[in-house]
Amino acid sequence: MSAVVAVGRRVLIALLTIVLASLFVFLAVQALPGDVARQLLGQDATPEAVAALRETLGLDRDVWSRYADWLLGAVRGDFGVSLVSGAPVGPDLLTAFGNSLLIAVPAVLVGITVALLLGVVAGVRRGRTADTAISMTALVLMSVPEFMMATVLVLLFAIVFPVLPAVVLRGPEATPVELLPSVVLPAVVLTLAMAAYVVRSMRSSTIDVMSREFVVTAELKGLTPLQVVRRHALPSALLPVLDVVALNVAWLLGGVVVVENVFNYPGMGKLMIESVHNRDLPMIEAIAVVSAAVYVLCNLAADMTALALDPRLRTRRRTRSRRSA
Amino acid sequence: MTTTPDGRSSLRGALGGALGGALRGSPTLVVGLALVTLHVLLALTAPWTTGHDPVVTDSGDVLSGPTAAHWLGTDQYGRDILSRVLHGGRYALAVTGLATTVAVAAGTVIGCFTAYADNWLDEVVMRVMDALLSIPTVLALLVVVTVLDPDLWVVVLAITVVYTPAVTRVVRGAARAVITQDYVTAARARGERAPSIVFREILPNVLDVVLVELAMRASWVVLLVATLSFLGFGANPPTPDWGLMVEENRTALTVVPLGTIAPVVALATLVVGLNLSADGLSKRLGVDRAQQGAAA
Repeated sequence: MSAVVAVGRRVLIALLTIVLASLFVFLAVQALPGDVARQLLGQDATPEAVAALRETLGLDRDVWSRYADWLLGAVRGDFGVSLVSGAPVGPDLLTAFGNSLLIAVPAVLVGITVALLLGVVAGVRRGRTADTAISMTALVLMSVPEFMMATVLVLLFAIVFPVLPAVVLRGPEATPVELLPSVVLPAVVLTLAMAAYVVRSMRSSTIDVMSREFVVTAELKGLTPLQVVRRHALPSALLPVLDVVALNVAWLLGGVVVVENVFNYPGMGKLMIESVHNRDLPMIEAIAVVSAAVYVLCNLAADMTALALDPRLRTRRRTRSRRSA
Repeated sequence: MTTTPDGRSSLRGALGGALGGALRGSPTLVVGLALVTLHVLLALTAPWTTGHDPVVTDSGDVLSGPTAAHWLGTDQYGRDILSRVLHGGRYALAVTGLATTVAVAAGTVIGCFTAYADNWLDEVVMRVMDALLSIPTVLALLVVVTVLDPDLWVVVLAITVVYTPAVTRVVRGAARAVITQDYVTAARARGERAPSIVFREILPNVLDVVLVELAMRASWVVLLVATLSFLGFGANPPTPDWGLMVEENRTALTVVPLGTIAPVVALATLVVGLNLSADGLSKRLGVDRAQQGAAA
């Protein structure tokens, strides 16, 4: 029963977090300089035309009633109309989000799996050659900015080995199949950038667990090293890494901004920069809500996995929510 | 605030003790701090060590390779690359130092107070921090920087807004463990007020966590500042900035590779230094970093 209460509490908090995030972004975007109506109509527009457009867009009403309207629409799935294109925000964002997932999902699947494995290897072989090599590589990868990795890859594949398309020349209307060859390089950059953190976290967690009494006991009773790691050390070592994995997956949605800009990839990160540039409030709001939802879902998934991995969390009420909060 | 002479000395004592103990016999920390110190020294002395003004253009000498006059060559406007890299360190370190210090200080104070309060206020503060954390870093930075035109102070403010919630969360976690200790209960029983307990009992005992946070956040902030500049939302041209230099020179990567490589090497060594410092500190101070290795 307490597990059900804990889950329900987490879901409620998750919803509240998304709404609060949308409010903060709404208020911040209000403060953006420049008048959207004037920008849309150009410099020669008469004051009457600007005033009329402001009224149509609802810009003449106060912030709170506009936010309330927006929230009511968003709850029904209506995120409004883009101030720039005049088209509904939903479909455009969905396409861009889908394109971003196309590079983010392979990066997450491959990156997390490989990173966890390498982290365990480095942790178990602490101080040996394997550990040194893995730790050094991770340190270098997290010290080189993504835009540099992306630039080097573009150079390598545009000039030295022209096998893969270095930049996307298609616009947002490209279909996923057309984008497929362009997916590889951005996904590689994201994988490398994200994996480094997970490797380090998994390594230190493994080292910590390997020195605990129950692992020593397992070793002493004659289990093979593989059995010790797989059955005894791994479940405990994974627990603290879950939050890191969740944060990194959520971070990907921000990380795509840089990568998508270098590769000119038509995803959500590129859309984000364009929207901020054009002060396209409805689009920025929708992007913020989608990102906040992804963040919250990742954390929720991490908490649920922790509940599944660790029986103690199911009996001691609120331990988990307190520790992670 | 009730920072009595007594309180200050206990804070300084904890800080000095932590650092002194940490330096002994930790090659990681020594190498890390050495790299950071080297960067600070190079940045501080940049105006005197470089013979060229970092923003002066010379149309007669563009895209040159390394020469006696320009050790690392010149960029497309004929500006000296070595001078721009060294001056770029000034911008990077100034923004990083200011932004990290402010964000960690704010997060530490808020985290300690909200952990001590442990009531509805704690709940409200943490919900707000969670919501701020759920907004992508880059989106928040872009909006703040666009609202207020990008100059050094705005970038500092933007990074503070983005990182304070994360620091608050970590410090609050550490402070909650400290609050259950007997000396906090004793201080409470003596009838001490909240600010006194927070600054004299809790803060000195979470300083180890705060120090590690400082080094680790700084490494992310360096990368973030460069990324912002690279995207065109940070330093304004012709400011010598590492991210901006990569953006300006990457199209000429095959002609003058040093224009792109030099700032990246500078950036990467600084980040490696900060990361090693964070590693060394956390090891020496016994701070568990498994929970904290999240990406920017």
